[in-house]
Amino acid sequence: MKSLLIANRGEIARRIMRTARRMGLRTVAVYSDTDRAALHVREADTAVRIGGSAPRESYLNIAAIIAAAKHTGAEAVHPGYGFLAENAEFAQAVIDAGLLWIGPPPAVIRQMADKAEAKRIARDAGVPVIPGYDGEEQDDASFHEAAGRIGYPLMIKAAYGGGGRGMRLVRDEGSLQPALDAARSEAEHAFGDGRLLLERALSGARHIEMQVFADQYGNTIHLGERDCSVQRRHQKLIEESPSPAVDDALRERMGAAAIALAKAVNYAGAGTVEFLLDADRNFYFMEMNTRLQVEHAVTEAITGFDLVEWQLRVAMGEHFTRQQSDIRLHGHAIEARLCAEDPAENFLPQAGRIVLWRPAEGVRTDHAVESGTEISPYYDSMIAKLIAHGATRDQARERLGHALDETVALGPSTNKSFLAAVLRDEDFASRGATTDFLSRFAFARAEPDATTLGIAATLLARNAEYGEWTSWSNNPARMMSVRLGEDDVALRCERGTYHARVRDEDIVTDSDARSVAAIESGAVHLARAGHSFSLENTTHAPPARRTSVATDGRLTAPMNGRVVAVNVTAGETVEAGKALVVLEAMKMEHALSVPQRARVQAVHVAPGAQVAPGHLLVELEPAT
Amino acid sequence: MPAIQSKIDVAGAAFARNRAHMLALIGELRALEARAADKSAQAKPLFERRGQLLPRERVARLLDIGAPWLELSSIAGYGLDTPELAKSVPGGGMIAGIGYLSGVRCMVVASDSGIDAGAIQHMGREKLLRAQELALKNKLPFIHLVESAGANLLRYRVEGFIHGGAIFHNLAKLSAAGVPVVTVVHGSSTAGGAYMPGLSDYVIMVRGRAKAFLAGPPLLKAATGEIATDEELGGAVMHTHVSGLGEYLAEDDADGIRFAREVIARLNWGTAGAPNGKPPRYGADELLGIMPPEHRTPVDMREVIARFADDSDFLDFKPDYGPATVCGHASVQGFAVGIVTNNGPLDPDGATKATHFIQSCCQAGLPILYLQNTTGYIVGRASEEAGMIKHGSKMIQAVSNANVPQITVMCGASFGAGNYGMCGRAYNPRFLFSWPNAQTAVMGAEQAALTMANVMEATARRKGEEPDAAQIDALKTKIVGNFESQSSAFVTSARLLDDGIIDPRDTRNVLGYALSICREADARTLRPVQFGVARP
Repeated sequence: MKSLLIANRGEIARRIMRTARRMGLRTVAVYSDTDRAALHVREADTAVRIGGSAPRESYLNIAAIIAAAKHTGAEAVHPGYGFLAENAEFAQAVIDAGLLWIGPPPAVIRQMADKAEAKRIARDAGVPVIPGYDGEEQDDASFHEAAGRIGYPLMIKAAYGGGGRGMRLVRDEGSLQPALDAARSEAEHAFGDGRLLLERALSGARHIEMQVFADQYGNTIHLGERDCSVQRRHQKLIEESPSPAVDDALRERMGAAAIALAKAVNYAGAGTVEFLLDADRNFYFMEMNTRLQVEHAVTEAITGFDLVEWQLRVAMGEHFTRQQSDIRLHGHAIEARLCAEDPAENFLPQAGRIVLWRPAEGVRTDHAVESGTEISPYYDSMIAKLIAHGATRDQARERLGHALDETVALGPSTNKSFLAAVLRDEDFASRGATTDFLSRFAFARAEPDATTLGIAATLLARNAEYGEWTSWSNNPARMMSVRLGEDDVALRCERGTYHARVRDEDIVTDSDARSVAAIESGAVHLARAGHSFSLENTTHAPPARRTSVATDGRLTAPMNGRVVAVNVTAGETVEAGKALVVLEAMKMEHALSVPQRARVQAVHVAPGAQVAPGHLLVELEPAT
Repeated sequence: MPAIQSKIDVAGAAFARNRAHMLALIGELRALEARAADKSAQAKPLFERRGQLLPRERVARLLDIGAPWLELSSIAGYGLDTPELAKSVPGGGMIAGIGYLSGVRCMVVASDSGIDAGAIQHMGREKLLRAQELALKNKLPFIHLVESAGANLLRYRVEGFIHGGAIFHNLAKLSAAGVPVVTVVHGSSTAGGAYMPGLSDYVIMVRGRAKAFLAGPPLLKAATGEIATDEELGGAVMHTHVSGLGEYLAEDDADGIRFAREVIARLNWGTAGAPNGKPPRYGADELLGIMPPEHRTPVDMREVIARFADDSDFLDFKPDYGPATVCGHASVQGFAVGIVTNNGPLDPDGATKATHFIQSCCQAGLPILYLQNTTGYIVGRASEEAGMIKHGSKMIQAVSNANVPQITVMCGASFGAGNYGMCGRAYNPRFLFSWPNAQTAVMGAEQAALTMANVMEATARRKGEEPDAAQIDALKTKIVGNFESQSSAFVTSARLLDDGIIDPRDTRNVLGYALSICREADARTLRPVQFGVARP
């Protein structure tokens, strides 16, 4: 095998290419229209356009990807994660095209993709599963009956689900039916299959997953666990290995269970067996992911394995010679997913241009962005993964927090400071998280302080391209005026030193070098003390227009015309926008109103009156 | 490349003394400027109550953030509003300067309505006229932020009324020449002031504050008995809806300024780029220690040039012929110039050399920079015989008729006809700035006193009387006092005999900026309209 097509985009495409290139393989990228100039495209040896920006036209377009592989002479296909990574049909199409599929056999993918079947297989292999309902009967009555048996709270999951979609937590019987309806509809939309299953919801549980690895000859080992309990909307944000809740004995038991499941389906390649671990150290099988995980890098950090390399080697038929006893876990690794989303707005994904990107030193950052990259609404909102490795959990945690502080990602809102806050949370630091951790985590976005505003205003001034004249005046007392959002900043520059006055504070802005910024038309983006700020330049923003007919409590005629109606009398209180007087001019009727609630003091016209512009019609005073 | 090698000992006592003297004068200048700004800022509560921005806030909001601002004549009228210098508020009730808005370099004038409600002062009017003249000569769009109570009737002077008419004459000339005039009426602009918007090409009026009428309610009632409100007679709504005097109705001061920026942005006027040129090899800070407090000590003006010219590079023209007059080529922030300056009195050789140099600059189209530090044209039998009068006259002919931009900086002494020959104010340099130590007079005060004493003694002796020593001493003291009280830059600048006093450290930027304005003006083709833009 000499060349590899990566059927993916973004950071994972780059990460796979990195290993492939090291192994001497020619890399082939595929891309959608949106991604035509993306990093993964520029870095590949060859790149092929596979369709439009919508995933179904490109990264989910099996025919186009197979054609791209044929066209470029690629001999193998790596699906990455997401998109077609767990699509058995795609795996089969790759194999049918005479290409090498980097992943488990299609039959295994299919078995595990059906969550109900996966649970049955697990049960048969002696792996504990969560009590629940995974029956074929999908009518509401069957679910209600099963729910009564399982008890509340419970989870509804899509049988072919993933990524948290089609998933609902139901706390009581009353909310079961709407949750079923919503989950079914979501599952149908997302996976083309509306089948659901129920599971008992475990409170205070952790999401612990075991990384397994198998060659084509049944040699199967595990590479330890990952604790992915920090989740929002059932999607992982922070992952670590080892888990603070797993000791050697438990690891051995969970590892044995994961290996048993993998062996039961003749698994080959990298896979992940997800468990819930309850407070009493009982663990239950949830599902198996038949692909490389987003968070595989923490396992790489503590095992020294390159999982992608081993995926490729196993796919090429190599024997896996390591024994379980050869696997040693070194230190502790934590990963944080930096996403364009607003933690203060229920993690709503944000699209937009990354105006400035500068990854931190000292940690592994897997990403595919650079300054100017557009975060497209078509794809995942993840910007980068930061992976810190340390001798201890605290060391890894502190390194990752520091790296998040140092990472500059300006433009759309991100969860950067949110992640740092989680890492520094006392509970997280001492015990780690359970899956409901974030629902209890309070976070407030940092508001810009006076110094930040002063620095931002200074950046705007410095950005003016006047060479030696920039901000210069022969009168050093002259003020420059900047309005950022709702704050006015008065700025003075004396012999190159800037002095800002904002919110009654005087700030010499040059003293703060710990800021990184980008200026766009209309906004200053600023990274400071770990926080990202986007400050709107409102210096010359237009004010709200007042209607031209009411000034100083006087409603006057705006034009020549005849009064056709007077709808108010003195003493009456009128609402904003109510037609007080109707004027007919040029065969058109003009309703005259005032822009705020007001009390009529006097009416100066009657119907039929002919008025000239400026003629006083009604006198008013503001009313509350 | 002939870079100037400085011979000044910047660690020496003389340098330190000169520097202390200069810094004290700069401190005085800044204190006077602050006095005007503080006085205006005292109106802040009133302005806030009325929802207004203070005049300086208006200018700040108007100008592009980070863009340069050359303020003009900051101490105009100092000592002329009241003879008590300690109580005088300089500035003439007017803020003027050249800055950028919407990327376009413009002349900006704002009524300093925080002071006496913007009442027009005598020197304020002169400052406005000078700003209009500079706008016309330099083809700079003219932006006027108006709020003025008009002329103070208690200080009515007939000549002020007559000369004041030139304001409107100039507005008509600017418009006709193709230089757009944009006026924001922030408050009163009544009676004669009403013609300020009347003669502007674009008028923005602030709702509820702008007032423009020929006669306000009191005068109207007195004249015809008619009763009307300010708003009815000349409010922003009336003028933008009915009379058509205003084009844009602004909601408040900031909105009016936004409109002015919008209008300028749409003129397609273009702009000059940023300056370039290597920095001088010596720091601008050293300009503080070069000029001695007394003008008896000679100064090699190359030391000054070395501290503002690009790379301190100066090609000395005829350095060994008439060496007391220094001429040569340099560039400032990338703008090539010819420089004429004085290392001693103007003598016949120096005058012919300067004449030659000025004419060669005109031939090459090079702007000329005059750095004045002259005690005048040399006197004595030898120089009279050598034709000092005719050579000095030749130099004045050259300066008067030079067809290139000429810029003058008063760096020290400016005595006698030296002021003329070195392109003093009467010779219409495009810009003229003074260092705070500059001294200007028809001759040195001591020489004047001594001359008069000699004349008195000779007269007495001719009459056969013994000269009265006490009387002569008193006369000398009086003459010295009269000369000295009028020679300081603070006095001449107050009288608009320059465009402002500058900190010597700003010389490079001031000159580069002025040269850039001249270059931009020369490159611009205006589109004159015969009678200016008229309102419907």
